[in-house]
Amino acid sequence: MAELVLNKVVKEFGNLRVIHGIDLQIRDGEFVVFVGPSGCGKSTLLRMIAGLEEISDGDVMIDGDVVNDLSAAKRELAMVFQSYALYPHMSVRKNLAFGLETMGAPKAEIAQKIQQAADILQINELLERKPGQLSGGQRQRVAIGRAIVREPRIFLFDEPLSNLDAELRMQMRVEINRLHQRLRSTMIFVTHDQVEAMTLADKIVVLRAGRIEQVGTPLELYNKPANIFVAGFLGSPRMNFLKGRVTGVDGHHADIELAGGQRLTTDFPAPPTTGEEVTLGIRPEDLTPVGEGEGVLTGEVQIAEQLGGETYVYVALPDGGTVTVEIKGQAKIAAGDRLNLAFEGGKFHIFGTDEKVIRHA
Amino acid sequence: MPSTASGRLSRFWQKNGAGYMFLLPWLIGFLGLTLGPTLASFYLSFTDYDLLTSPRWSGLKNYEYAFLYDRRLGNAIEVTFTYVLWSVPLKLAVALGLAMVLDRSVRGVSFYRATFYLPSLLGASVAIAVLWRQLFGADGLVNQLLFMVTGIQGPAWVTHPDYALSTLIVLAIWQFGSPMIIFLAGLRQVPQDLYEAASMDGASGWRQFRKITLPLLAPVIFFNLVLQTIEAFKAFTQAYIVSGGTGGPVDSTLFYSLYLYEEAFANFRMGYASALAWLLLVIIAIFTAIAFGTSKYWVYYEDESR
Repeated sequence: MAELVLNKVVKEFGNLRVIHGIDLQIRDGEFVVFVGPSGCGKSTLLRMIAGLEEISDGDVMIDGDVVNDLSAAKRELAMVFQSYALYPHMSVRKNLAFGLETMGAPKAEIAQKIQQAADILQINELLERKPGQLSGGQRQRVAIGRAIVREPRIFLFDEPLSNLDAELRMQMRVEINRLHQRLRSTMIFVTHDQVEAMTLADKIVVLRAGRIEQVGTPLELYNKPANIFVAGFLGSPRMNFLKGRVTGVDGHHADIELAGGQRLTTDFPAPPTTGEEVTLGIRPEDLTPVGEGEGVLTGEVQIAEQLGGETYVYVALPDGGTVTVEIKGQAKIAAGDRLNLAFEGGKFHIFGTDEKVIRHA
Repeated sequence: MPSTASGRLSRFWQKNGAGYMFLLPWLIGFLGLTLGPTLASFYLSFTDYDLLTSPRWSGLKNYEYAFLYDRRLGNAIEVTFTYVLWSVPLKLAVALGLAMVLDRSVRGVSFYRATFYLPSLLGASVAIAVLWRQLFGADGLVNQLLFMVTGIQGPAWVTHPDYALSTLIVLAIWQFGSPMIIFLAGLRQVPQDLYEAASMDGASGWRQFRKITLPLLAPVIFFNLVLQTIEAFKAFTQAYIVSGGTGGPVDSTLFYSLYLYEEAFANFRMGYASALAWLLLVIIAIFTAIAFGTSKYWVYYEDESR
C-alpha cells in the first residue's frame, strides 16, 4: 500500500530525451493505467518507477520518500513482465519462493504465503510443475503470484496481457480487476490497448512521445478528451475527424463549413474568429442515419460490418474522406447504399489548429 | 525386365552415384587415415611390433605390462590427471569470468573479444610453446618481472620438476578463447528479463549468478567441460616442445600422449604404444560417461518436460 509521486521526471539515453519531465500523483490503492502508442515512453516510465532504469532528472517518491537512488529490491515493488520472466529451471513453487527466500523469510511463512497466492490464483495443482509445462495463461498467473507473495507496496504490470489470445486476455483482465478489488493495493499497469485501459483503470494516464497528454478517469477521457490525440486514441471504433473552417460568427454561435462543403451552425464556449481552421470530432455512435435530404453528411457505404449486436458502417464522403458509423443492432445496410448522416444531439467536439479542444460534445 | 543383381546395382548407381562421388574425398580420408589406422592399432595392440620387422602376435602381453609393471605409465597417468584436473576447471572459470565481463556492452567489446581469442588460435602451436619456454626460463621475462617487482630471483620454471607442469597448466588456461566464445553465446541466450525479475526480487549479483546464470548456462558448461576434458587428456605439443620431447625434467611433464609417442617413435614399441592409445580411449570414455551420467542432476535443458 503506497502513494507514488513523480516530480518532473526525465529520462535521457545519451543525448536523446525520451521522458520529458513527467508530473504525476498516484493515490494509495489506485489502479492507474499508462496507455499510449509504442515508443511513447510508458514502459520506460514504469521501469524508472521499478528501479530498473536510472532516473536522469526529477524525483520518484514513494510514501513521501525519494527513491531515486534505491535499488529495485529496496523499493519493495513487484513487477509482472510482458514475457512473464519466470525462472525456467525452477518449479512454480520455487519461482514463487525465490523473492521471499532472498529476503530470508522463515520457511513456514514462505509456505503459507505461497499457499495464499496459489488459492487466490487457483494454481494449486501447478506448484510442482516447471514454467515450460504451463500454458500462457497459467504462466501469467504464476507471474502475478510471484508479485503477490512479496506483498509489495505497489504492483507494476508491463503489458502483461499482450502475449495472450483475445479470449484469455479478457479473462485475465477480469481477474486482475478482481485481484485489485481484493488486495486494494496501488497498481500501475502499462498497455497500448485502450480497451484494457478503459476497463481496468481508476485513472488513465495517456502518454505520447514522453509527455502526458491527459490524466483522468476512463469516462472523463472518453467524454472530454483534451486534444485530438486522446480523442482518437480512446474509443473503438476510432472517433471521426472532419476538417472545417469558421465562416461566420454571431456571439457564441458560429457557422462552420466542412472541407466537403457541408455547413452547420454550433455554439462555442468563447467566440471564435472568422476564417479559423477547426477539426470536428464525432464518435461513430453519435452519427445517425437519417432520411433523404436530412443530416449533414452524405456518402456511399463502402463496407458494412455486421457484428450482431451492432453494425459498423464505413462511409466514403464525396471529398475523399471516410467516416465510421456505429449503429445499434443489425442495420439493413449494404455496400453501395447511399447514406445521410446527422450529428446526433450536436454531440461533437471541436479542436483548434493546435489540436487542443475548443468545445466538448 | 527381370531384376538381376547387376540391374539393381546399375539402378542404385544411377540414383546415388553422384552423391557418392561427392562423398569420395572425405570417404578416402576417413577410411585411409582414421578408420584404417584405428582398426590397425587395435590389432597391433596385441602384437610385438618394432616398425621394421612385421608384427608378432603376443596376446594380452602389452596390456598386462601396462597394468602391472609399467611404472613410467603410472607416472604419466598421474601427470596427465593432474594436468586435466587443474587446467580444465581453471580454464573454464577464466573463460566464464571473461565471457561475463565481455557480455556487458563495453565499448569496443568486439576488439577485446578478438584479442582474448587470439591465444587460442596460436595456443597449440609450436611457436607458442617455444615462446613459453623462453618466458618461463631461468632468465625469462617472468623472472625478470618477478625480480623487478619483488626482488626475488625466481627458479627456472620450465626446467624445475616442481614447477614445470604448472607452467603447462598456465599455458592451457591461457587458451581460454574457444570456451569463452561458447560461454558468451550461452550468456546471450539468458533472457535479460530474468535478471530484472531477480533484481526486483532482491537478489544480489552473486545470487543472480548462482541461481540464474549458472543453472541456465549448465548445458553450455557441460558441453565445454566434456570438450575441454577430452582436449586436455590428448595434450601433446606443449609438453613435447617445452620439455624438448623428453617429458622432463624427471618425467614431470610426461603427458600420456607424450609417453605414447616416445614408446612408438623413440623406443619403436609400436605394439605397446597401440595398447596405450586404446587405454587412453577407455580413460576418456569413462570420464565422458561420468560427465553424461551425472549431468541429469545438474544440467537443466529448456525443452525438457520433466
